[in-house]
Amino acid sequence: MNERALVGEASVPRLVRGTRLQFDKHRDQWIVQAPERLFVLDPIALEIVQRCDGIASVTAIVDELAAKFNAPRELVLRDVNSMLQDFADKGVMSL
Amino acid sequence: MNQVSPPLAMLAELTHRCPLQCPYCSNPLNLERASQELTTAEWTRAIDEAAAMGVLQIHFSGGEPTARPDLEDLVRHAHDGGLYTNLITAGVLLDERRIARLVEAGLDHVQLSFQDSEPGGGDRIGGFKGGHAKKIEVARLIRAADLPLTLNLVVHRQNLHHLDELIAMGLELDAHRIEIAHVQYYGWAFRNRAALMPTRAQLDAATATVTAARERLKGRVVIDYVVPDYYARRPKSCMGGWGRQFLNISPAGKVLPCHAAESVTTLSYDSVRQRPLADIWLNSEAFNRFRGTDWMPEPCRSCDRREIDWGGCRCQAFAILGDAAATDPACGLSPHHEDLVRIAETDAASEAPPFEYRRIGAR
Repeated sequence: MNERALVGEASVPRLVRGTRLQFDKHRDQWIVQAPERLFVLDPIALEIVQRCDGIASVTAIVDELAAKFNAPRELVLRDVNSMLQDFADKGVMSL
Repeated sequence: MNQVSPPLAMLAELTHRCPLQCPYCSNPLNLERASQELTTAEWTRAIDEAAAMGVLQIHFSGGEPTARPDLEDLVRHAHDGGLYTNLITAGVLLDERRIARLVEAGLDHVQLSFQDSEPGGGDRIGGFKGGHAKKIEVARLIRAADLPLTLNLVVHRQNLHHLDELIAMGLELDAHRIEIAHVQYYGWAFRNRAALMPTRAQLDAATATVTAARERLKGRVVIDYVVPDYYARRPKSCMGGWGRQFLNISPAGKVLPCHAAESVTTLSYDSVRQRPLADIWLNSEAFNRFRGTDWMPEPCRSCDRREIDWGGCRCQAFAILGDAAATDPACGLSPHHEDLVRIAETDAASEAPPFEYRRIGAR
């Protein structure tokens, strides 16, 4: 197995095989399903995870979110980095 | 009455048949026979009912679920119904073709058990000659099929000395997750308790090993850890609370709040053959008996952890005290906690008796 992956602007994140983003209509929330785990996404997390398609880089995701929400880029970068690193450490996201 | 939310996960025990005979098997002592098992159509209906209620994850388990030839049909049905599908298997009946069919059916994830890190211990504990080598082969096939893999490692006094090797095996087999679970003492494990119970020193060493491994392997593999609660200060939040998040369907269709619930012989459980699943979940006597906090005795009732650990485990209270409504004796606040610790210490200090292997008709 590889070394721990650390998120950077060049990272190209995507949900790993065996996880799934889906809308839980019974509870009216977005979730990521993983083995014996369930991550409930808040609106910000959802905006990030939806863009993790294995094509877009962190740079592109951050640019897009900063523009969409008219927010300072460094603030968005910090949020994106911390969320992606957390998901990567939990084995949910590849970088 | 507390508001009842729908369950998040369902354990589908497709069969109690299994080629292995692990002495800590979570199945009940009275194993159900093949002739009693739900048919494919009965299972697909139960899966539909579960999905309609809001169940998100289905775990196909047993016994050995791959002993059912319709496993891939049930996986496909659950997958098409939007459920996250997980297979909990001993692996020894799997081959490359069957794995390919399961992948094609939409299987999301596999949990594969190992009994030890080497064939001698593995085959002896599982009671199945050649099992360990076969599991290694199957783990590689699972990863070759690009299925995500969790290794399920049940640990106890007869394999804890291999904990480092077990973790290394998980890395070697490219597992994404390693679940290290100390034996929980119900059913078969309760019967084999003296052969399985670690000393407190063994437990502490194991916990230190796991803590160090988690730090060392952060971001590479996820390690989950379940402690043996005889030595605990507070009880486990068993199933996240009785009838709160989880239900189990037995091979014959009995709907249970947890896989060990049949050990509470003072309760009777409804079957999906007789009653809709949602009705059982919401309205059955067994599910409502220990739901929420209204049933709690002191010291649980006024405890600030009552909605954290939900009074601990009903099966354990029944097994130790003969009263399923008592505070779990694993809790340090239970008047019987010291008795539980003494039981554990006595068992752990004894010479380990021979295993009484899990098998149909062994009672």
